[in-house]
Amino acid sequence: MESARTRDLVNKIIMYVILTVVAFIMLVPFAWMILTALKTNQEAISVDPFYIFPASGWHWETFGNVWKSYNFILLYKNTLLMIFFRVLCAVLTATMAGYAFGRLKFPGKNAMFSLVLIQMMIPSQIFIIPQYLMVSKLGWLNTTAGLVFPGIVTAFGTYLLKTGYQGLPRDLEEAAAIDGCNIGQQFLMIMMPLTRSSMVSLGIFTALFAFKDLMWPMIVCSSVETTTLAAGLAKAQGQYSNNYPEMMGAAVLAVIPMLVIYVIFQKQFVEGIATSGGKL
Amino acid sequence: MKKQMTVAEKNVMKWGWAFITPTMLGLIILNFYPVIQTVYQSFCKTGDFGKGNVFVGLANYVKACGTPETWQSLINTIKYAIIEVPLGVCIALVLAVFLNKKLAGTSVYRTIFFLPMVCAPAAVAMVWKWLYNQQFGLFNNILHKNVAWISDPKIAWIAVGVIGVWSIIGYNMVLFISGLQEIPGDYYEAAEIDGATGIRQFFAITVPLLSPTTFFIVQTRVIGALTIFDLMFMVMDKTNAALPNVQSIVYVFYKYSFDQGNKGYGAALVMILVAFIMVVTVIMQACEKKFVFYN
Repeated sequence: MESARTRDLVNKIIMYVILTVVAFIMLVPFAWMILTALKTNQEAISVDPFYIFPASGWHWETFGNVWKSYNFILLYKNTLLMIFFRVLCAVLTATMAGYAFGRLKFPGKNAMFSLVLIQMMIPSQIFIIPQYLMVSKLGWLNTTAGLVFPGIVTAFGTYLLKTGYQGLPRDLEEAAAIDGCNIGQQFLMIMMPLTRSSMVSLGIFTALFAFKDLMWPMIVCSSVETTTLAAGLAKAQGQYSNNYPEMMGAAVLAVIPMLVIYVIFQKQFVEGIATSGGKL
Repeated sequence: MKKQMTVAEKNVMKWGWAFITPTMLGLIILNFYPVIQTVYQSFCKTGDFGKGNVFVGLANYVKACGTPETWQSLINTIKYAIIEVPLGVCIALVLAVFLNKKLAGTSVYRTIFFLPMVCAPAAVAMVWKWLYNQQFGLFNNILHKNVAWISDPKIAWIAVGVIGVWSIIGYNMVLFISGLQEIPGDYYEAAEIDGATGIRQFFAITVPLLSPTTFFIVQTRVIGALTIFDLMFMVMDKTNAALPNVQSIVYVFYKYSFDQGNKGYGAALVMILVAFIMVVTVIMQACEKKFVFYN
């Protein structure tokens, strides 16, 4: 019995050591990003391995400079607007379609749902050129509408919400129907509120991937005034590539909003990714 | 024999179609029509100044297949996947098993491992590029070496792969944890009574029972890795000597379609990528029957 307990203890110590080492490796790039941003350029490029902290004070003003020179206020605004409309459209269309596919029986349903499944299997790169041509024809280049365009509907979200609706008990609608609700009312007042967690998952998933996307905003919003954080950063990198504290400052400003949201809502984030990512 | 629909059935049909119409219309306009359009485009030469397309038959495919760049970028993409997928999956699995053990402080570790997942790859790549910097980067400073991490063709693909692993571990881990929570605890209790050690339990219970989750993660990650773009685009400057040995197929597609405006050639490249992904998917489906254990 004593040896089993020692074995458990040794196992635990080994696990903690491995976890801590990996956690340290995960954090190094973040730490270096922030520390570099707070140095002067001279300090950042002085070749001394253990010169970790800024020596001549912490240069918070870098963030202010970067904020202005990279036009972050616009980048934040554009990114936020894109995320807002993408989430709104995706959740709205997917929850309606998910309800119909999950709860209603009507002719043509299976054929349509197989189209949804087929879309999920096609690599999205194949859509990009024609989508770009459409946005360009509509005159939506360099607009929020152009950024949102490919995300108006979501096959994956439809599938996710369909599974959510299927999981609800059968007699709910029957009771509502007896009370005289039509299908629209049943959907709005009874069923939709019950799938809130699926909608939150889809919302987080949509927001996160819209935030991280690089290629689409680069293509449709090439001007700095209209583009998103990710694409703006890519553009800025080409322009000011030798001031390392400024570049790291820009990276900090680009990752901070999502990082803060994640730390506050991490339970919803992790669960959202686990349930939605797990079905992708 | 067609059955007459009742009033109630007709009513349901009306609502059903009303609910799915926005999504279906969107999918047709945004996804299915573009597939046809891309196929058609791949047989065309893009006219100058948007003068419309000229049908050129298989010329784009002949050119793409005859260009070493296409094959090299496909090989680069596979090499990237060979680093990212196995390492990303194995490390994430070990971490997930540890975090599933109800140790104190697991939520802190989980938060940390998942951090890269909420960062835009554009920012992540910028930071790593700075870490890899040959003259002033942290790695060369600590190691007292002068390695050209991202401009030496021999190691640049590994350096980029490492960023990919670092970025994806948290995502894979979260999926593994939710898979692990579905394995009934009694299996482990029984194994404990039989005196099986932790490592023995891992290989005899966790690995087989988790295989559907593992397969799912591997499959999505393989496809994700084969369509990698952001990392290469952000880390590799256009003048980087190692670019031909690192650029992925999607990078080349982007370069031709949008930097150079040759959409016909770009469309042909994307068709080659899709064909390749389909072959890989079929192979993986065949493997699923062999290696995945369904209860």
